[in-house]
Amino acid sequence: MSTSSNTVPGSPLESQVTAPAVIAASRRMYWSVRRELWEHRSIYIAPLAAAAVSLLAFLTGLTLSPAHRHEPLDIPYEFAAALIMGTGFIVGIFYSLDALYGERRDRSILFWKSLPVSDLTTVLSKFAIPLVILPLLSFAIAVVTQFVMLLSSAVLPGSGLSVGTLGARMSFFHMSLMLLYHILTVHGLWYAPIYGWLLLVSAWAPRAPFIWAFLPPFVIWGVEKIAFRTSHFLGMLQYRLTGPEPSTTTARSGNLMEMMSALTPVQFFSTPGLWVGLAVAAIFLAAAVRLRRYREPI
Amino acid sequence: MACIEARGLRKAFGTMIAVDGINLRVEEGRILGLIGPNGAGKTTALNAILGLTPYQGELKVLGRDPWTGRDQLMRDACFIADVAVLPRWMRVWQALDYSAGVHPRFDRAKAEGFLAKTTIRLASKVRELSKGMVAQLHLALVMAIDAKLLVLDEPTLGLDILYRKQFYDSLLNDYFDRSRTIVVTTHQVEEIQDVLTDVMFINRGRIVFDCSMEEFESRYLEVMVNPEQIAAARALKPIHERQVFGRSILLFDRVERQQLAALGDVRTPSIADLFVAVLSNQSGAAQGGTR
Repeated sequence: MSTSSNTVPGSPLESQVTAPAVIAASRRMYWSVRRELWEHRSIYIAPLAAAAVSLLAFLTGLTLSPAHRHEPLDIPYEFAAALIMGTGFIVGIFYSLDALYGERRDRSILFWKSLPVSDLTTVLSKFAIPLVILPLLSFAIAVVTQFVMLLSSAVLPGSGLSVGTLGARMSFFHMSLMLLYHILTVHGLWYAPIYGWLLLVSAWAPRAPFIWAFLPPFVIWGVEKIAFRTSHFLGMLQYRLTGPEPSTTTARSGNLMEMMSALTPVQFFSTPGLWVGLAVAAIFLAAAVRLRRYREPI
Repeated sequence: MACIEARGLRKAFGTMIAVDGINLRVEEGRILGLIGPNGAGKTTALNAILGLTPYQGELKVLGRDPWTGRDQLMRDACFIADVAVLPRWMRVWQALDYSAGVHPRFDRAKAEGFLAKTTIRLASKVRELSKGMVAQLHLALVMAIDAKLLVLDEPTLGLDILYRKQFYDSLLNDYFDRSRTIVVTTHQVEEIQDVLTDVMFINRGRIVFDCSMEEFESRYLEVMVNPEQIAAARALKPIHERQVFGRSILLFDRVERQQLAALGDVRTPSIADLFVAVLSNQSGAAQGGTR
């Protein structure tokens, strides 16, 4: 064949052999995660906005009703944390749904695939956002918010260093630790199959990933209800969303923070539901990796 | 080792056969133009070569199976797909940072050097750039990668003539160094005629013509025949005949130049003219190459 007939003489095959430049897998992962943060700025903007809103509300409350000043600070603290974490969770859901769908819709998948980053690395980096990055970010933002609350209630004129604030300060580290524990276990590990499912749908959906993510569970619930008059599936979903029931503990005091951390690590990690969930998440992710390899722009 | 080697490469979408048993061998240091009508299977063949789509048959690109090792292949190969695919949210410096972060052979300084010759600013977002500037940016990114194989699928689609010209000029002057291989598809065949070392026509999933440019220039001649000599010209068995402004232009394969000079003005045909000739003789009579 002619193509081979007249290769330029002396085209130096040998000189092409350069030392195999290698980039560590961890570095590719780092840049892939960074890339996600560039693209989806809501990952940090939304929790920051939630923090700003709760701080503003707290300060307004302090100024308007000084009577509250001497009450224990737990309640606004917990609500600020809950608001920030809830925002992070919602961002995680929308992020996961768009992660592997958006790149197909805007055809940029062809650019990403022209670089030496495997589908596995890509999917894992996208999974790391709701699993690790968002919880840690929410945690950091929540702790800083709470600290600012603590400071402002201490320095605001007239409030002084009340016993209430002192008490709160004593438990501040304890609270932060509980928050970290909660956020890593529940928002990270326990919700892993939820994010896995959303990523899978995002990798597969020909269009409207939102509908494909939420319609099937709804249909399964309806079919089960009609056919068997049971709602095991719904119960399963509720169990997944509310977290492992602290059935063996006494935490029913209504204190949010105590309920959150009602499960000791031993109890949490010996919950079969956790491991089943992680296994399911792994299956969803493996399917998403495989799908991404086959997927072309839409 | 050939850069690309395919045997019986086949790809079907349902009942539609996009690539129908292609045999292909592209040596290192060539610039191959893959020419074909819309839907001929060019993009599908290139996607198979780049590991973007599964296929049947044998295919080795730089010694690798592209489908199972796409990410490893992309260390030594690079491509620009048919239309602008750079993410619109990305800033120019982010594209540079990211490429430098994940690609072992990406030379950031080189990319910045190419960009310095354009009006693209590092802080701009891709969506703020014109179509031509996006193509320039993508080319700068690709040229900064020390790759052995570069695949360009309609890289200049929708660009004006200035950008198109500039695109191929910088590709030739700043990138191609005879140890790299470039495969390019385009509809603007005339513009790349001088750039190519080899040309291949593909139609309905098959390669219908394949020849080096040197061979092309020595084999094919086009004659604008004087009206009174048309019968004599036709006797030499032209592979194609067309009418322009009432005059006949005949295309010959392997006929002596001197013999033709007596019949009218002789010149080397354009690839586009040969393409039309080959495709209208689709029976295969005009099969070229030394196969």
